[in-house]
Amino acid sequence: MSKNDVTRRGVLKTGAIAGAGVALPTIFTASSAAAYVNEPTGGTVTLGFNVPQTGPYADEGADELRAYELAVEHLNGGGDGGMLNTFSSKALQGNGIMGKKVQFVTGDTQTKSDAARASAKSMIEKDGAIMITGGSSSGVAVAVQGLCQEAGVIFMAGLTHSNDTTGKDKKANGFRHFFNAYMSGAALAPVLAARYGKDRKAYHLTADYTWGWTQEESIKAATEALGWETINAVKTPLAATDFSSYIAPVLNSGADVLILNHYGGNMVNSLTNAVQFGLREKMVNGKQFEIVVPLYSRLMAKGAGANVKGILGSTNWHWSLQDEGSKAFVKSFGTKYGFPPSQAAHTCYCQAVLYADAVQRAGSFNPCAVEEALTGGDSSLPGISSAANKGFLFDGLGNGQTLYRGADHQCFKDVLVVRGKENPTSEFDLLEVVEVTPAAQVWYEPDHPMFAGGELGTCNPGA
Amino acid sequence: MLGLNKKDTTLLLVVAVLTLFAPFILNPFPTDSAMAQFNAGYPDLMQRFIIFGIFAIGFNILFGLTGYLSFGHAAFLGVGSYSAVWIFKLFTYNVIPAITLSVVIAAIFSLIIGFVSLRRSGIYFSILTLAFAQMSFALAYSVLSNPKFNLTNGETGLQVYADDPQWFHRDSLPDLPHLFGLSMNSTYTLDVGAWRFDFNAGYYLCAVILMIVFFLAIRIFRSPFGMMLRAVKSNQQRMNYTGLNTRPYTLAAFVISGMYAGLAGGLMAAMDPLAGAERMQWTASGEVVLMAILGGAGTLIGPVLGAGFIKYFENIFSKINDTVLHSWFSFLPDGIEDFMVFIVHPFIGKGWHLTLGLLFMLVVVFLPGGLVEGGQRIARLLKGKKKTPPSDGEDHHPKKPPHVAE
Repeated sequence: MSKNDVTRRGVLKTGAIAGAGVALPTIFTASSAAAYVNEPTGGTVTLGFNVPQTGPYADEGADELRAYELAVEHLNGGGDGGMLNTFSSKALQGNGIMGKKVQFVTGDTQTKSDAARASAKSMIEKDGAIMITGGSSSGVAVAVQGLCQEAGVIFMAGLTHSNDTTGKDKKANGFRHFFNAYMSGAALAPVLAARYGKDRKAYHLTADYTWGWTQEESIKAATEALGWETINAVKTPLAATDFSSYIAPVLNSGADVLILNHYGGNMVNSLTNAVQFGLREKMVNGKQFEIVVPLYSRLMAKGAGANVKGILGSTNWHWSLQDEGSKAFVKSFGTKYGFPPSQAAHTCYCQAVLYADAVQRAGSFNPCAVEEALTGGDSSLPGISSAANKGFLFDGLGNGQTLYRGADHQCFKDVLVVRGKENPTSEFDLLEVVEVTPAAQVWYEPDHPMFAGGELGTCNPGA
Repeated sequence: MLGLNKKDTTLLLVVAVLTLFAPFILNPFPTDSAMAQFNAGYPDLMQRFIIFGIFAIGFNILFGLTGYLSFGHAAFLGVGSYSAVWIFKLFTYNVIPAITLSVVIAAIFSLIIGFVSLRRSGIYFSILTLAFAQMSFALAYSVLSNPKFNLTNGETGLQVYADDPQWFHRDSLPDLPHLFGLSMNSTYTLDVGAWRFDFNAGYYLCAVILMIVFFLAIRIFRSPFGMMLRAVKSNQQRMNYTGLNTRPYTLAAFVISGMYAGLAGGLMAAMDPLAGAERMQWTASGEVVLMAILGGAGTLIGPVLGAGFIKYFENIFSKINDTVLHSWFSFLPDGIEDFMVFIVHPFIGKGWHLTLGLLFMLVVVFLPGGLVEGGQRIARLLKGKKKTPPSDGEDHHPKKPPHVAE
């Protein structure tokens, strides 16, 4: 009998606690004291570096993490200071952010939006991260950006190239330094027309997901405006590893340019297949057959080996650039790790520094104050007459003069058109810069049809 | 109590106590201590424990009882999530309709897939379910997310936008999933000395639902229906020869476990209003198989433990990095410190898969009955009984035949 008594009491107790547990949060959440989520109170501030450590983009993720660690070192006054010395804003003192020592936590996005959100949430809820940054694919960037908007922390996107990140999925708490598919198209098309002629017939192979579509749309629009004709655009499944069945029809289609809207391992495989089929030696319509890879990265070029020689594409940044910022960054990255940084590393380093600088200038970690400092300025890029040409203008981070635009939190800067090097001198020296397309040429209005549909909303400080 | 025998009542109460006090149990270390890395008592992970627990309980109703190994259960979870997010987009952020619809849609979906797949058993059944799940993944990832007919929003994941209709949404309600105004995100934080405990509304909703579905699972396990399912597992041919049509039973079990998966998917969307296609990928289906086997297939509590185990590794071990290691070993001389970090490094951070794999191997080799068997062995040791003969000794029963095709 006594056993039964205990059980009943247990039931009552658990019932009461369940009731209390459900009721408590509503009573107390409103009266919580903090002005915003995860306000740093001690002598340290925690940033969350959320990068793919496993999965298809693990190489990019590892490089991003190296860049973040370097950035933290520089922010805390260690190392040679890297791009902090060349950065046009001199607010940062090398004593952390607002005198607080910078700490960081890391997580694995697995290049899956679910896992990325879980990892970001644990940084916000458990580790008290005030800012989340990283990511190596647009799906993850959009998903984590949405999460940060809901939770009330800042998101500084890493490598994400889809138009949607600052287009229809833009958020007030999210910021992107990397360029996007539209800019790739706008930068690449004139170079393509100049080198290959205006009378070309293009055939697209496109990875069948959001990023692939926005890139195909952007490149098509940019090349067709210059007189090219699009023969066909074929979607390839993301999981495909052998593209021969997609390459064969290209030969008989009458097209004389193949555009590969692929990234990472996809691009390595499709390019290798295309070269094996002898496409590059073909003469079609009396012209040399050409292959174009609109989004390049050094890590991809490495994977594709000799096949990238002479192939044109675009990139956000390249370590062979000779401005002061790039030189300083390559030097300190190379000293620490023994090899030059990738464009993913560069954009992540910049994002961390830009965030720290914005906090320092705003004098607060409050996301709304940071947003105001990061994009709320009145300065504008020279040579572009547009009402939207307004935001925070900076220089010295490797891409020349750059505008963090207030209207959609997208950076505008020069875009590099690169080509696979014919005679690489080292395993890192795979790409050469063909042309630096000025920012004015890749400029678009915030309400451009490819970016329309989204709502920036208002900043959310949480709490 | 509630039609359960004493042992099951105790089990249900243990589960109830564990879930209700999870914020305390999972946060044993002070917030600022070095061990805080291993604390798992933050809302998101606690929710995940419960949600994947529900998913694994449902999976176990099919796999543990009938022996049918489905390799496509993640599809139902994904379908549940998508339906819930569509309710959020079109009607209201209230979680009740969203969760209800996710269960209903998952039931319909699993009825169709089960009707086809259950025509075969054994490995063929597994392959069929795997094929269906991969099909659903491909549909969600790209086919159904084209700009003309965007049902799933592809890689980015389906989420709620400010310009969605939300016909029953009022401005006074929170802009996040809520239960009649109580936001799933709201958390009450209790500071006790150096400790900090989070009580999250969404977590407690999940916990209450877990207790209900756990109770249901016990009732199913102990019912004549459950007995019939066990009979299917032990010898389906013999049942067919005696004139029993087993298919309605297996189909019912399949649909029930599909509904559990749908419920888990709906809850996942309710805690975090986004549905991504990876939820349906075969790796996600494989994960629930691992959870069931790791915890102990065919036991009631096993799958929940397995789910907790895997999610703990995924979320806690993946976040340990070299900086954390250096701080742990900082008391050692420099050379030894670096050496220790070098040794441990492959097993943490991105190496969490490796650690989990090793532990999985150890469990499967030494504890074929999963974590539950481990618990039983410890309990037996504590009680001091060396060798109690199992109640159903092997010599009294014929050997279990392998699960054969019809």
